[in-house]
Amino acid sequence: MPAVTETLETVQSVTDSGYKWGFETEIEMEFAPKGLNEDIVRFISRKKDEPAWLLDWRLKAFAIWKKMEEPTWAAVKYPPIDYQDSYYYAAPVQKAKPKSLDEVDPELLKTYAKLGIPLKEQAILAGVEGAGESPADSGRMPIAVDAVFDSVSVATSYKERLAKDGIIFCSISEAVHEHPELVRQYLGSVVPQGDNFYAALNSAVFTDGSFVYIPKGVRCPMELSTYFRINAKSTGQFERTLIIADERSHVSYLEGCTAPMRDENQLHAAVVELVALDDATIKYSTVQNWYPGDAEGRGGIYNFVTKRGACRGARSKISWTQVETGSAITWKYPSCILQGDDSVGEFYSVAITNNRQQADTGTKMFHIGKNTRSTIVSKGISAGKGQNTYRGLVKISPKAHGARNFTQCDSLLIGDQCGAHTVPYIENRCMTAKVEHEATTSRIAEDQLFYCRQRGLNEEEAVGMIVNGFAREVLKELPMEFAVEAQKLLQISLEGSVG
Amino acid sequence: MLKIENLHAAVDGKPILNGLSLTIAPGEVHAVMGPNGSGKSTLSYVLAGREGYEVTEGSVSFHGQDLLAMEPEERAVAGMFLAFQAPVELPGVGNANFLRTALNAVRRARGEAEMDAMQFLKLARARMKVLNMPEDMLKRPVNVGFSGGEKKRNEMLQLAMLAPKFAVLDETDSGLDIDALKMVADTVNSLRGPDFSALVITHYQRLLNHIVPDRVHVLSAGRIIKSGGPELAQELEASGYAGVQAAA
Ligand SMILES: Nc1ncnc2c1ncn2[C@@H]1O[C@H](COP(=O)(O)OP(=O)(O)OP(=O)(O)O)[C@@H](O)[C@H]1O
Ligand SMILES: [Mg+2]
Repeated sequence: MPAVTETLETVQSVTDSGYKWGFETEIEMEFAPKGLNEDIVRFISRKKDEPAWLLDWRLKAFAIWKKMEEPTWAAVKYPPIDYQDSYYYAAPVQKAKPKSLDEVDPELLKTYAKLGIPLKEQAILAGVEGAGESPADSGRMPIAVDAVFDSVSVATSYKERLAKDGIIFCSISEAVHEHPELVRQYLGSVVPQGDNFYAALNSAVFTDGSFVYIPKGVRCPMELSTYFRINAKSTGQFERTLIIADERSHVSYLEGCTAPMRDENQLHAAVVELVALDDATIKYSTVQNWYPGDAEGRGGIYNFVTKRGACRGARSKISWTQVETGSAITWKYPSCILQGDDSVGEFYSVAITNNRQQADTGTKMFHIGKNTRSTIVSKGISAGKGQNTYRGLVKISPKAHGARNFTQCDSLLIGDQCGAHTVPYIENRCMTAKVEHEATTSRIAEDQLFYCRQRGLNEEEAVGMIVNGFAREVLKELPMEFAVEAQKLLQISLEGSVG
Repeated sequence: MLKIENLHAAVDGKPILNGLSLTIAPGEVHAVMGPNGSGKSTLSYVLAGREGYEVTEGSVSFHGQDLLAMEPEERAVAGMFLAFQAPVELPGVGNANFLRTALNAVRRARGEAEMDAMQFLKLARARMKVLNMPEDMLKRPVNVGFSGGEKKRNEMLQLAMLAPKFAVLDETDSGLDIDALKMVADTVNSLRGPDFSALVITHYQRLLNHIVPDRVHVLSAGRIIKSGGPELAQELEASGYAGVQAAA
């Protein structure tokens, strides 16, 4: 018997190539019928007890989506997706509010523990009454967490503490009820329903996500973060996040994503909209660790995401930082619309593709206001049979006098069966604007590996160290608490890529 | 104890080492001299296990272990250290992070507890003071933008921190000013003792004034053609390799 267990564990550790988040939580779930039609859209809207305007908004999106075609311009290959063969609503069955950790569904608790969410946050997330909302008694810097489990947000922590500063941090479903004026004003104002195929799909069927509003002049006292978790089988996740930073406010927000290991491909089509008014700053960081599929390319998440920020106000700033290690396919281009004069857009990205993973990712910087500035630093790492494409657009309108962009795209290849591609588009229609682009492609040099190994590091540690060095410029942009986690993740993602 | 017997090695199919034998007992320091291209760096890479350096014949035992059967990192944690002739740059990798990772790999292998960041910094700062290295070098990426001499100092910092059983110094003295030269000698001399031995590759007798070797060997065309005491280095300094090569 022990021998069998041992063998099973060995097999598992070989096949999952280090993906430690591949477990499944057994918990009572409620599903909408499989498939996608107007009734499903109505079902979701009814489940969430939504006002009529939002249902109309969804139905309009659905009508647009039906007429659209899936984009094919990205450098990714996958079999046709059957949009009718998926659940569009899956939620853990809600019980009465638990009184202590003991009453919380232990499976849900285990999930949070495995995701590395500290226990204190776990209690709050699980909705335990009176679980310290005051950050003072925890000793370390608290992090406010929203946890989205399949289709719904299960809990948000530190809400009351944040409310003291007038900050709103809640699920978008809750915001629809509690702050309809804000949601109505901003939803779809950055990414309209018909923006693209996946955004239209998301607009029709989005089920939850996070909502943040930072009032004028407020600096958010803690990191806000959302953990997205796909758990149920044959379920797509369509979350919608909306962050509004009012004048002179400041917020740093982080999202983390994981999913169980399955043979099937699951669709994740999220939309994130950011709005920064005069002198406001939004820092949005992502550690994307969706299940990437196995070494043969079976299973894994299709990550088709639209993220866009509008720097509406003068001197506003939006900074995207992403560490993309997971997903079978990544299709995402976090962008900035630099409307306000002197506004700033930044994009820092590390994308790893190992085994059969494919990533087509980059950014778009639209320079509209005067003296707008953007910085793009992209680090692509390809290993195994991974394919990694940087696709970026820098567009400068005729009125964006004095606009400046600097783009740096570096690719690192590990092994000789992977690929790295750089596709920078530049449309500059302003004489006084300056656009700079630098690109490099390199391999991990044999002498670097040997040097590390001569000092006692094994091959994987050596590669991890060199790759982390390569990605340093981006990693240093992450909030400190997450930089360490991201570094480990880079190393784990490359396990089995050498030797 | 390091025992090299009848070592033959080739690079890209080209024989470079042609029957080299050498035994270095614990506590001893040996110097290897020899003309450019005679195979000195090749010997150091073969001992460290670099890929592409193919051993075609012979054996090397290191404290009773078959050195040639071990991976480079296994040799490193078993106590084999190579100070590179050309130290390698690691962009973006902090020097402190690199050094602490290496130190902890070695400590794990010795069954010692890993060092946390604070303990490490304390030790590193003390060593750097002795080596006359500015502290900001800990924060900079490994060897990136270091001057030639600074790179060599950094190798000596690693040597001092890792305190191996055996060190190969491949021309660590080349291109160093007088003070730096003494620093290299001090580092090696401070490690000298019954549990430490070294192979010092050099072109210049002056280093051997500071690190007095037990034995001096002359390498030519991949073989040791002459061995002697410290006086052999002085002889070579005066009359070059031609005389020794002709006699061999
Ligand atoms: N990849 C290679 N292909 C062919 N020959 C090589 C290769 N690498 C080294 N060699 C040759 O091996 C010989 C020995 O080189 P090695 O670097 O060991 O010499 P050395 O004694 O250290 O010289 P120096 O004093 O200049 O440092 C040289 O002739 C060199 O050209
Ligand atoms: Mg040499």
